[in-house]
Amino acid sequence: MPEDNSVSLADDVSEAPTKQMNMIEAINDALDIMMARDPDIVILGEDVGYFGGVFRATAGLQKKFGRNRVFDSPINECGIIGAAVGMAAYGLRPVPEIQFADYIYPGLDQLISEAARMRYRSAGEFTAPITVRSPFGGGIFGGQTHSQSPEALFTHVAGLKTVIPCTPRDAKGLLIASIEDNDPVIFFEPKRIYNGPFDGYYDRPSRTWKGQPGGDVPEGYYKIPLGKARIVREGAALTVLSYGTMIHVAEAVLAEKGIDAEIIDLRTLVPLDIETVEKSVEKTGKCLVIHEATRTSGFGAELSALVQERCFYHLEAPVERVTGFDTPYPHSLEWAYFPGPVRIGEAVDRLMKD
Amino acid sequence: MAEESARTGKPRGNLPPLELYVPEPRYRPGDVVDYSHLPVPPAGKLPRPDEACAAADTWPLTLDMIRVLDEDDHAVGAWNPGLDPESLRRMLRTMALTRAFDDRLYRSQRQGKTSFYMKSTGEEAIAAACAQALADDDMVFPSYRQQGILISRGYPLVDMVNQIYSNRADPLKGRQLPIMYSAKDYGFFSISGNLATQFPQAVGWAMASAIKGDTRIATAFIGEGSSAEGDFHAAMTFAAVYNAPVVLHVVNNQWAISSFSGFAGAERTTFAARATGYGIAGLRVDGNDALAVYAAMEWAANRARANQGPTLIEHFTYRAEGHSTSDDPSAYRSAQEREEWPLGDPIMRLKKHLIALGEWSEEQQEAMDRELVEQVKVATKEAEKNGVLGHGMHHPFHTMFEDVFEELPWHLEEQADQAIRERETKWPEWKERGDA
Repeated sequence: MPEDNSVSLADDVSEAPTKQMNMIEAINDALDIMMARDPDIVILGEDVGYFGGVFRATAGLQKKFGRNRVFDSPINECGIIGAAVGMAAYGLRPVPEIQFADYIYPGLDQLISEAARMRYRSAGEFTAPITVRSPFGGGIFGGQTHSQSPEALFTHVAGLKTVIPCTPRDAKGLLIASIEDNDPVIFFEPKRIYNGPFDGYYDRPSRTWKGQPGGDVPEGYYKIPLGKARIVREGAALTVLSYGTMIHVAEAVLAEKGIDAEIIDLRTLVPLDIETVEKSVEKTGKCLVIHEATRTSGFGAELSALVQERCFYHLEAPVERVTGFDTPYPHSLEWAYFPGPVRIGEAVDRLMKD
Repeated sequence: MAEESARTGKPRGNLPPLELYVPEPRYRPGDVVDYSHLPVPPAGKLPRPDEACAAADTWPLTLDMIRVLDEDDHAVGAWNPGLDPESLRRMLRTMALTRAFDDRLYRSQRQGKTSFYMKSTGEEAIAAACAQALADDDMVFPSYRQQGILISRGYPLVDMVNQIYSNRADPLKGRQLPIMYSAKDYGFFSISGNLATQFPQAVGWAMASAIKGDTRIATAFIGEGSSAEGDFHAAMTFAAVYNAPVVLHVVNNQWAISSFSGFAGAERTTFAARATGYGIAGLRVDGNDALAVYAAMEWAANRARANQGPTLIEHFTYRAEGHSTSDDPSAYRSAQEREEWPLGDPIMRLKKHLIALGEWSEEQQEAMDRELVEQVKVATKEAEKNGVLGHGMHHPFHTMFEDVFEELPWHLEEQADQAIRERETKWPEWKERGDA
């Protein structure tokens, strides 16, 4: 495995000293810093207040900032998002939490019909600068309703930005940027990597973020711009486009296979960093798209189409997609479903056979 | 047993077969209308509880009907807001202007100057009286039938028409269906086509006002049909839980397009009665009685302002016209309904009240009506100078791509270039005008 992320991060890395954090601590730190900086930021959601969230992401915030800034909500996702849209219209900057991405659907009308279109339909009179945080993704035996990756539903909506971090360092910087952004942002947190990176080898002991790249989180305020991908590993043989948990799986598989792959963590799906994608595929001539979400009409289809349209004459092989299967997320057969090392390995072999 | 009945489809034992009940309105096209079943309580009958009362204390008010104007056109009872003649005339004027505006813009749609319009005929008192009872900086989350609020707050008629014509002066840049106004400076929230979404948003706005220690309140309107949406329940729950300074209105005009109010549950209880189940104060008002509407809005606004919590108001009224310019009500209801409606016409009732007070006359009314018709005519002529729908005088093409996000991302820049390129092929004559 390559030693580090030989990454050009000049534009988004703080010079501040770093501290070891897991992704939850990084998110908590981002919220803490932003709430102290901006009195208009409020947090609402199920169990986020006194208890500090079922994943502890908001731990300690109510005690520090008061019940008027961090409060529990009724179990009603339509109400959580709808109230947040109204608060934003007043001038606040709400950061609602949806406990699991699988439960965001009751709030979809408010997100799609309202938050996403507020600026457009009112010609800028009203805006919805809300950041909807929600744990997403599988690999935790979450079954059908604690494992889904619904990002494609949101990338399809004009007016929404979709952000997915893959390290604690990115989670903090991207969350700060999302909260400051004046457009509505869907911030999906891959819960499989809350406590440590996961390479897809479910039968090996799990790791923590301690000592892992990206586990060293700058202290204080910094942001990672939305719409900018991160080159996790530079390479010449193959471009891998992915995000979230699957970045770590891809890194492990390609390292094992000894492929000089260029792995790109998209970080923001909309707006997409198309320049970085094009430049890489033009260099490598091969493209592998990996996501955990179901295949048909998944975000991979958009990536594949964009690469085909824009890099056609550079392509030496068809664009490959490695994804979850087109089934609901199963419980007992989780590791048969999860797009792990075997499925990725096969796709890499197909791409590299010439 | 279960298997047997499942297989044969016959009921078990001697139980009666279950029956699905599907509501049906009393009158269909051609039917003679008789509203004698509909209780119309006398004006002045109901007490006006203290604004700080417990929500449960309003229970009797949710089942009855607050009415102020009596059969002799006098204002009576505890709910009489005691408005001075000047305020009454102002309210009457707003209502009459709303009707004049509706009538003319309805014709504009028939003349092909716009694609769509929705009148509020018969419901003018609700918007006009609520607007007048609110402070100008209270935030209104309207549905598409509260144009009287914009009119009451002095929003320029010409800008309303510009929006309806989607022309080059349309404040919403031609992006929105006609009448989906947005007027932040007038405390009028952007109207959405998606029903009831504004209800939880209004609660959120009110929560924000409370979070910031502000003194402004929020108010929202939906129709009785939309009260069946899940957003209604979300709004009521959030409003109750956080004691939000919000006044929620259900305008019960009996009809949701072709569906009568029974499909929103009206046969089982009133819409106001839903309030107390959430722990919210509820009032049920004669929606064609401008003084009763004013009094209820004032009561609820005072309650909200004093941190006593939210109120749900049901306005009992009648949608006198079709749902929209795309609707023909003669296809599903008796034309007699409007004539027989026992609560009358809101403009006529307020007019008669002012005349009974000796503060108005038929002549003054006629003169005002002529003046308002002229005022609307001037506004539409002025707006027409900026173009009507489909006549090419719209906002520049590039604006179609603006405001999706704060800044245009690369994919929208590319698509904007494409649209402008296509325009040169589709409409070469526009090239010279330089209005790309």
